[in-house]
Amino acid sequence: MNMAIFYSIMHWAVYIMIPLIVVSLGGMFSEKSGVVNIALEGKMIMGAFAGTMFMYYVQNVWQIAMSPWLLLICTLIIATATGIVVSLAHAYASINLRANQVISGIAINMFAVAFAIYTARALTTAGSQHIHYRNVFRIDNVPLLHRIPILGPMLFQNTYFTSLLGIIILAVSAFVLYKTKFGLRLRACGEHPQAADSVGVSVTKMRYAGVILSGALAGMGGILYIVPIASAFSGSVAGYGFLALAVLIFGAWKPQRILFAAFFFGLMLSIASQFSAIPFLRDLGIHANFFRMTPYVATLIVLAFTSKNTAAPKAVGQPYDKGGR
Amino acid sequence: MNRDAVMSFLSSLVVLAAGLLIGFIILLVSNASSAWEAFRTILTFGFSGIRNVGDVLLGATPIIMTGLSVAFAFKTGLFNIGATGQFAFGGLTAILIGHNFTGMPDGLRIVFALAAATAAGALWGAIPGLLKAFRNVHEVISCIMTNYIGMFLVTFLIDRYAFNPAVGKSLALPEGSNLPTLGFEHIFREEFLPGFYRVSRVNAGILIAIIAAVIIYIILEKTTFGYELKACGFNKDAAKYAGINQNRNIVASMMISGALAGLGGALLYTSGTEAMGASNVLLPYGFTGISVAFLGLNHPIGIIFSGSLVSYLFLGGARTQVMGFSIEVVEIVISVIIYFCAFVFLVKTFLGKHIGKLLRFKGDNA
Repeated sequence: MNMAIFYSIMHWAVYIMIPLIVVSLGGMFSEKSGVVNIALEGKMIMGAFAGTMFMYYVQNVWQIAMSPWLLLICTLIIATATGIVVSLAHAYASINLRANQVISGIAINMFAVAFAIYTARALTTAGSQHIHYRNVFRIDNVPLLHRIPILGPMLFQNTYFTSLLGIIILAVSAFVLYKTKFGLRLRACGEHPQAADSVGVSVTKMRYAGVILSGALAGMGGILYIVPIASAFSGSVAGYGFLALAVLIFGAWKPQRILFAAFFFGLMLSIASQFSAIPFLRDLGIHANFFRMTPYVATLIVLAFTSKNTAAPKAVGQPYDKGGR
Repeated sequence: MNRDAVMSFLSSLVVLAAGLLIGFIILLVSNASSAWEAFRTILTFGFSGIRNVGDVLLGATPIIMTGLSVAFAFKTGLFNIGATGQFAFGGLTAILIGHNFTGMPDGLRIVFALAAATAAGALWGAIPGLLKAFRNVHEVISCIMTNYIGMFLVTFLIDRYAFNPAVGKSLALPEGSNLPTLGFEHIFREEFLPGFYRVSRVNAGILIAIIAAVIIYIILEKTTFGYELKACGFNKDAAKYAGINQNRNIVASMMISGALAGLGGALLYTSGTEAMGASNVLLPYGFTGISVAFLGLNHPIGIIFSGSLVSYLFLGGARTQVMGFSIEVVEIVISVIIYFCAFVFLVKTFLGKHIGKLLRFKGDNA
């Protein structure tokens, strides 16, 4: 296999891995606080929608000359904020109204797709569901670092600022979850909310915090997903929200394992998208879809072997009942 | 009619009205001048002609089946969001049989295709069932996984064995492999020029869906088996104490749920109107089934009506495209309905408090 293909596969693996990490960390915060979050997909879509719509307006409608850095940062902020707004709907239903968290999640997923397509048709001049933007964010060579043999071309060529951001978020999340008072309280609310409540931790507040963090990270994840691989958003994030859920389970709700799970999934999907360029895989005659389904099959197998002693937070999915035991 | 049923029905109406209201607001915001026109179209188009009525029934067929699938699982304490995968497998099976068993007499072939599709759906539903029963895997998560695995497998199989490159979808079935129309084409039609008719493709599928709903009603309400399944859903510990084999029931429930979705897939793709796409996209029918199930209060007979209602809204929504709106507005309405369904219990309590007083029911003390 020649090195160019290898590097190309690694680049794609990173592009895929970064949003998966960030979104599944979002899912982690929500589930650690005790709220099931199958709405990650919907929040990603809403984030990607708002972010790309902003870029579309800046570049095509208002025609503001903005440096790529500023544009990207503003886009990320808008996507994050949108994710938070959407997550509030989920939080209100599942925390205040003690509703079925799965149903509310499904509703948000459905709403997001329909809303993104409907609004894009109404707002873009072409009246289509595709929101185009000029992708000006690629960094061809990171100064100095790209000269490192092998690792340089792998990680520091054709890269995006978003990749670095994803890694920073991972490190910060791990720190927050395990080394801060907030993280401890959050985890307590997902394991045994009555115990947390009895020592004065507000379960409602902590769960709101968990769901809001998940909305923020998932919303941002929508942009992290779309920017490296496309120059238009069409109302879909290709099931990455659900894949991030698989990463979360595969990664046993732990940040460092989420990193490995996301890398594994990223590699599989990267191979699936480029395997016709890899001679020995092409000769095997395996359909690309079999690579695409590997992450899901692997997750099912892992679940089958670990769910008896599941790593999932114990109280996840249950509305908090003060009078419960 | 008891108080609870009335309250459930009223809360369903409230949820429906809330969804429609938000839909109307969205129409208003996007184009105020024709919003009312579009809203009226959504509400009335399905009944504006006998052919449209046929199309409503045609569109209702698959979502009644997935609605039954979701509701049956829900009644037994399981959340089957894997209906879309089971539906796809059923559809695929029917398509493959429709193409390859052309030596069989037409009537026999269609029966065989439907039976095999039902079995395929049941098998795909059995996976989350088995994992739940014996490995304690939450069915929502395993259903998400099996949905995607199923999507990739089905797309691969369509691509390999029944692909029509001209349209990028599955090959159209030979006419004899489609469901009979039972003379419906003489009823559900409109004369648009003297002697020329626009005909609805509604067919035997809607009757099969209604029969399926009745059978599910009988299983759930009139048999010991159904009672056991529901007992597991209400309180699994009590059911276990009563000597009910819980694991067997979980698997059986998921298989029946999958079978319903699988049959739904077969009914859609043998209606002569749809070809299966060969791109990796999850089919919407399983998810629409969730809203149909909740809107129909998870009652098999209610689902016949809620499925028809949702189909009715979709038909009207599609019609608004001529006014420059897009059909997604109906999906927004439906997603809002599902969101409110999440706390339909709350709506019920609220109604019970404020309206229940005004109504008198037999057996009420107050």
